[in-house]
Amino acid sequence: MAEATQPNSDHEEDSGRRDFLNYLAIGVGAVGAASFAWPIINSMNPSKDVLALASIEVDLSQIDVGSAIKVVWRGKPVFIRHRTEKEIEEAKAVDISTLIDPETDADRVQNADWLIIVGVCTHLGCIPMGTADGEPRGEYDGWFCPCHGSHYDSSGRIRKGPSPTNLLVPTYTFLTDSTVRIG
Amino acid sequence: MRKFGLSIAAAALLTLGVSSQASAATGAHPPTTDYSFTGFFGSFDRAELQRGLQVYKQVCAACHGMDLVHYRDLVDLGYSEDQIKSFAATFQVTDGPNDDGDMFDRPAEASDAFISPFSNDKIAAASNGGVVPPDLSLIVKSRANGYGGIGQNFLAMLQIKGYASGTDYVSHLVGTGYIEEPTLEDKMVCMPQNAGETDAAYKTRIEEHQAPPGTYFNKWFAGCYFKMPQPLYEDSIEYEDGTPATKEQMAHDVAVFLTWASEPAFETRKETGIKVLLFLAVFTGLMIAVKRNVWRNVKH
Amino acid sequence: MSNHPAPNFKNPVIRWVDSRLPVFSYVHAEYGVFPMPKNLNYFWNFGALAMVVLMVMILTGIMLAMQYTPNVDLAFNSVERIMRDVNSGWLLRYIHMNGASMFFIVVYIHIFRGMYYGSYKNPRELLWILGVVILVLMMATAFMGYVLPWGQMSFWGATVITNLFSAFPLIGESIVQWLWGGFSVDNPTLNRFFALHYLLPFIIIAVVALHVVALHVVKSNNPDGIEVRGPQDTVPFHPYFTAKDSLGLAVFLFIFAFFVFFAPNYMGHPDNYIEANPLVTPPHIVPEWYFLPYYAILRSFVDGWWIYEIFFGWWSEAKLAGVLAMFGSLIIVAVLPWLDTSKVRSCRYRPIYKWAVILFLINFIILGWVGGKPAEEPYVTIAQGATMYYFFHFLILTPLIGWIERPKPLPASISEPVLKAGSGAQFAGASAAKMEKS
Repeated sequence: MAEATQPNSDHEEDSGRRDFLNYLAIGVGAVGAASFAWPIINSMNPSKDVLALASIEVDLSQIDVGSAIKVVWRGKPVFIRHRTEKEIEEAKAVDISTLIDPETDADRVQNADWLIIVGVCTHLGCIPMGTADGEPRGEYDGWFCPCHGSHYDSSGRIRKGPSPTNLLVPTYTFLTDSTVRIG
Repeated sequence: MRKFGLSIAAAALLTLGVSSQASAATGAHPPTTDYSFTGFFGSFDRAELQRGLQVYKQVCAACHGMDLVHYRDLVDLGYSEDQIKSFAATFQVTDGPNDDGDMFDRPAEASDAFISPFSNDKIAAASNGGVVPPDLSLIVKSRANGYGGIGQNFLAMLQIKGYASGTDYVSHLVGTGYIEEPTLEDKMVCMPQNAGETDAAYKTRIEEHQAPPGTYFNKWFAGCYFKMPQPLYEDSIEYEDGTPATKEQMAHDVAVFLTWASEPAFETRKETGIKVLLFLAVFTGLMIAVKRNVWRNVKH
Repeated sequence: MSNHPAPNFKNPVIRWVDSRLPVFSYVHAEYGVFPMPKNLNYFWNFGALAMVVLMVMILTGIMLAMQYTPNVDLAFNSVERIMRDVNSGWLLRYIHMNGASMFFIVVYIHIFRGMYYGSYKNPRELLWILGVVILVLMMATAFMGYVLPWGQMSFWGATVITNLFSAFPLIGESIVQWLWGGFSVDNPTLNRFFALHYLLPFIIIAVVALHVVALHVVKSNNPDGIEVRGPQDTVPFHPYFTAKDSLGLAVFLFIFAFFVFFAPNYMGHPDNYIEANPLVTPPHIVPEWYFLPYYAILRSFVDGWWIYEIFFGWWSEAKLAGVLAMFGSLIIVAVLPWLDTSKVRSCRYRPIYKWAVILFLINFIILGWVGGKPAEEPYVTIAQGATMYYFFHFLILTPLIGWIERPKPLPASISEPVLKAGSGAQFAGASAAKMEKS
């Protein structure tokens, strides 16, 4: 043991080179361990089959003016409302400086007739009511979240209650006048 | 000590060899072909894959499904997303129930799995003389039994032959296996001699063996009499790329395509493997230096 | 456990923790300054390698369990989804699949090293028995893991192995139904195998911990099989064996990676890529390669074999005899410390027993080879001969050679052969040193 721990014949230069060798080995080993860790971590990310379903196409031709549908996109509901003239007017008429999360209606729709939003309350993730006929639509003619009483208007903006932000607008494109691809 | 080391090494080699011995040897193995996907750097030939897909679509898909492969996977074959989308749209898939509670047909999308020709196994069996045509997603991988003996398999493994023995089997089964008037030699290939059977008894047995009704002689099918009629004939399809559609060409292409389908990650796997082995070679070299350095003053 | 005083840590946080929970002192004592015989050769790497493989298996296994579905209708496809759709899923699965084989290769070499150098002898008997317990737990884990992909070999392997228990008289049938949770291998079986396959590795970790504690009490054996006489015979674990084990690990990982990336199914069976079908048995069922020797022992016992007729025929069916012999073949390894009558540990100094151990290894390989062959002549006779030799080695040869053999003179200390080697005398220790240097 003694002979091992006292490299009596080594020059300092030599021991410096040897230290470098050890650090290099540790470094390369660490790189290897990290490259092994990445596929393990990455395996928990959305897989190919999940990503393949990440966009859906919706046929809008069956939705009458004044009604709304719920479709499932990425495991969450998306509300698509065919808005009436009155609802569009209401949404546009709001003074945005009075809003909790100021956004104009024009920023939230591509085509004023169609409001497309993710139907998950931005407070704690409940599903707001107001999509199906006869459900309470809150004080602002939009949606009402029963969990903690958030009121959303006909543009899906938060008007009253604990939610911090407006209902999210997913990325979507109109493929034709009556079909839209969400995602 | 050295002898012990040698015997351990021999043990390891033998054990590795033993492990891969094929399931009960079913006669001779089809001749081997050199495929582009063998070896450390081998990869699939895109043209072969695309032609193979065409053979699958126009011939095999009439009876065989491929449930584990999705249209979206065809990007690997060199198709663009739009091409895949329009390819998928040529198939109808049953979806539903819709809001009225009815099932409905819609064009397939890229995210759908390959459409099966039969909606369930019972229909499949009823339309095919009582036998369900097997799903082809894993056909090559599940037939890659190797090349026979322990030694041969071990050498093939070192040459990174991968699933080539399965590709050979599938290719020859549909390409060269069907023989209308088999000779005794042909029959001996698919009907091996039983243990303890005399040569004379064996000969009489295979000479007298009659083809069961509804079967077709196939030299590479264990037991000789195959329920699948010959699927490929000269020019039974017209290749989009103009390659002459000989029986062997179609068999080769579809077998390569099915090899890809057995493991779409095949090429990624080998590319990653090269990098990993290079890295480990460097790391091993470094560790040899470190170890020598650490032990330099110890007499042992 | 070590005589070294606790180190004086400079970092105040480490000092604070260590004075309350001495983990740092423990690591320092057990893996820092821990005295290791300095003549250990590369066969002493395999314990550390087994530990690394166990960790890799648990890590990849947990990730796979997140994607796998233990249901007879979904299991096969969920595994294929891992292979095709999950990010790097093919990598995790192939590491796990080949890791099982690597684990057995490493552990088998580890065990044979113990047999050759007498690592099971006083005072290391309990250490050895804990090792055999780990082997048995590994086998149970590997068997249940192989069922999970729900291929043909999974299903029929599970059917055949669980049916072994039906050999026990009176209660056999009830045991088998209890194992199955039904009247055949089916969904309840798959579910419980998944649960147990996830559980057992953690029990293995616990036994490994005991194995390591026992090792650090009795300390490592060495190729000369003699006691450490003093500090001149040892080197501290770090950096000497951290460096040596890391080098072994690098070489091992290279081989492991070769299989994972270039021959991932070489050690598997292609029939397992056919989904389980309870109505069709594959023509030739074989277990995974690491079970083949035991499978050969199991199948050797048939009516009419004279060994069977003499020892079992008058009280047991051949089926039960085979099962008992198979379990016996593992138990007999555990009692090896009491079967070996020699006082000398290492085969370096046992000119006859050395050959007996090498023959045992060859016989074990032959058993593995016939285990993979169909149950027909000449394989049945070979299997029966090899089975006989397996037990003959433990029950007759090992005690007998211990009595009659005249061992070579042992060196006075571990350092001695090294010092003398310089004067030209041929010592076994010198050749070991040469091998490491070349």
